[in-house]
Amino acid sequence: MSLLEIQDLKVHFHTDDGVVRAVDGASFAVDEGQTLGIVGESGCGKSVANMTILGLTQSPVTSISGRILLDGRDLLEASPDEMQVVRGQEIAMIFQDPLTSLHPFYKIGSQLTEAILVHKDVPKQEARDRAIELLGLVGIPDAASRMGDYPHEFSGGMRQRVMIAMALVNDPKILIADEPTTALDVTIQAQILRLIQSLQERLGMAVILITHDLGVVADVANYINVMYAGRIVEAGTLDEIFYDPQHPYTWGLLGSLARPDRPRAERLSQVRGQPPSLLAPPQGCHFRPRCPHEFDRCKETPALESRTGTPGHLDRCWLPPEKKRTLRVVKGDQIGLEVPAA
Amino acid sequence: MLRYIVRRVLWGIALLILVSAVIFLIFYVFPNADPAKLRAGRQANPAVIESIRQQLGLSDPIWEQFLRYMTQVFTPFDWFGAAQHGGTGPLNFGRSFQSNTQVKEIILERLPATALLVAGAVVFWLLMGLPVGIISAIKRRSLLDRTTMVTSLAFISAPVFWLGLVALYLFASDVGRIPIFPGIGSYLNADSFFAKCWSLFLPWLVLAAATAAIYARYLRSSMIDVMSEDYIRTARAKGVGERSVIMRHGVRSAITPIVTLLGLDVGLLLAGNAILTESVFNIPGVGREIVVAINRSDLPVIQGIVLFGAFFIVTFNLIVDIAYAYLDPRVRYQ
Repeated sequence: MSLLEIQDLKVHFHTDDGVVRAVDGASFAVDEGQTLGIVGESGCGKSVANMTILGLTQSPVTSISGRILLDGRDLLEASPDEMQVVRGQEIAMIFQDPLTSLHPFYKIGSQLTEAILVHKDVPKQEARDRAIELLGLVGIPDAASRMGDYPHEFSGGMRQRVMIAMALVNDPKILIADEPTTALDVTIQAQILRLIQSLQERLGMAVILITHDLGVVADVANYINVMYAGRIVEAGTLDEIFYDPQHPYTWGLLGSLARPDRPRAERLSQVRGQPPSLLAPPQGCHFRPRCPHEFDRCKETPALESRTGTPGHLDRCWLPPEKKRTLRVVKGDQIGLEVPAA
Repeated sequence: MLRYIVRRVLWGIALLILVSAVIFLIFYVFPNADPAKLRAGRQANPAVIESIRQQLGLSDPIWEQFLRYMTQVFTPFDWFGAAQHGGTGPLNFGRSFQSNTQVKEIILERLPATALLVAGAVVFWLLMGLPVGIISAIKRRSLLDRTTMVTSLAFISAPVFWLGLVALYLFASDVGRIPIFPGIGSYLNADSFFAKCWSLFLPWLVLAAATAAIYARYLRSSMIDVMSEDYIRTARAKGVGERSVIMRHGVRSAITPIVTLLGLDVGLLLAGNAILTESVFNIPGVGREIVVAINRSDLPVIQGIVLFGAFFIVTFNLIVDIAYAYLDPRVRYQ
């Protein structure tokens, strides 16, 4: 049994225009000390799926089904009070935009100690000491005096460090990082990723890293899920995804990755077309309308299962694995979906 | 922070001086009638008018009149013949054409009624408006939300004099269908503070109704915006209870623009904007006084009340700015 196991999660939003199938049957699991990267483009449901783990998507217009097992306990059946204990204590989350994720009116010291005091009945001074300790741990110089500063007195990278410190004050078992580096500039990105990685090694927690950037997961993840239009289309280890990708969408993502270590193609390739509307996704494989290798069988929904013979490497594509090997190689040994346009 | 406050205070004073100059211009340089004739009353003969003209110094050059007027309003000194023409200041607006009493005294006599009316109304509209706004935002699209929002729209649309008359028709102890509250003119007969408050109960509700409705709607939309902010999600994600998420994180942000609104509203009402409520309920306040003064072309009184009003608006603006800097730390360092 994994630490956190998501089984056939569906999150549907009932809007005036119809039912938005934001997450349409996602399954994944993560274990202690593991980093799971969830990759996909904007709107593919990766954030919604993870916010649902914490119960942050609940509303009168949302319907959620499936199972979210934390140590075998189904969080979808937990009461609001039980979920409040899980949030921040067992599973913590950091978000994309550190500039707007901290309350602008409260000093960061008070926001950090609040995170401790909602879970632990400890004296204020003890919570304060713990907060200062964590600020030091995430690399904020002069932590004790910065406790009295407001968020607008920190830079973007520093604010993300504060967010990470706030997420870790209660020693969570799982850290969900939702695009933690997207809003930061490149040099800071690398720092923050390295920080998350080193903290994970030190504290032994599980990390779920959500991103649209394959380059980011290549650095830190050891297991990757590729998500497309509400479904996980491929899952495997870092090596499997990068060197033996099975799903055409994964090829597309890999092909459009800028690779400074390779000779430059005339032009970066792209996945043609737009992601489908989640109000009316295509029948069968969701990637079908954009896939150059579509055939009759694609109108049936392929299950997420192992097709290569490797047990942990799962995908949702009907093409036979041996045929994929000839289809996917685009130029030299560079994997892509289509030959880049000249 | 201190520098910020000093700067704002200096600006406020400069603004008041400017307003006084404009008031002088309107009332003395472009008068709708000769002030001396107005002052002289109905059966005035040329000799009386001429002596008044001398007494008020109306034949002096405009600039001399202006400097004298500014001296009388803002300083205690006897410059530009202040003592000879109407007496020294400060806050000397001259005497009422009608009753010959000092304008300052008239205003100070009328101010308590207005202040009490406004203070009570503020309490009522905050007590009604804020909870309704918060609950409507949280229970958005519920029956409760829709009901309160439609009701508030009705209160905003209803003119305050109409609402006042309806309230009297329904609840006044003399003419009302359900005679439970004191009616028109009860304030004039009230002697104790408690009796005055009781007599103002209906006016408070009437004056508060529209503003409470505006505040409820404003806070509702402000609250809806705030509750979708990223930092609210952060608060939930770290395990803060929903009640605390709403009050400590949500309302704390959503209420800030309301404070601005509150300062301006209180300033305006003290400046005489409670005029309709005071007239309907016959409360001897500043607003009612200015109606009387305008009807009788009692220039010094109008002038005094207008400047007093400007003073309240400037003062409350100042308070708002300083309060805002305390409420929103981002403002402090700019």
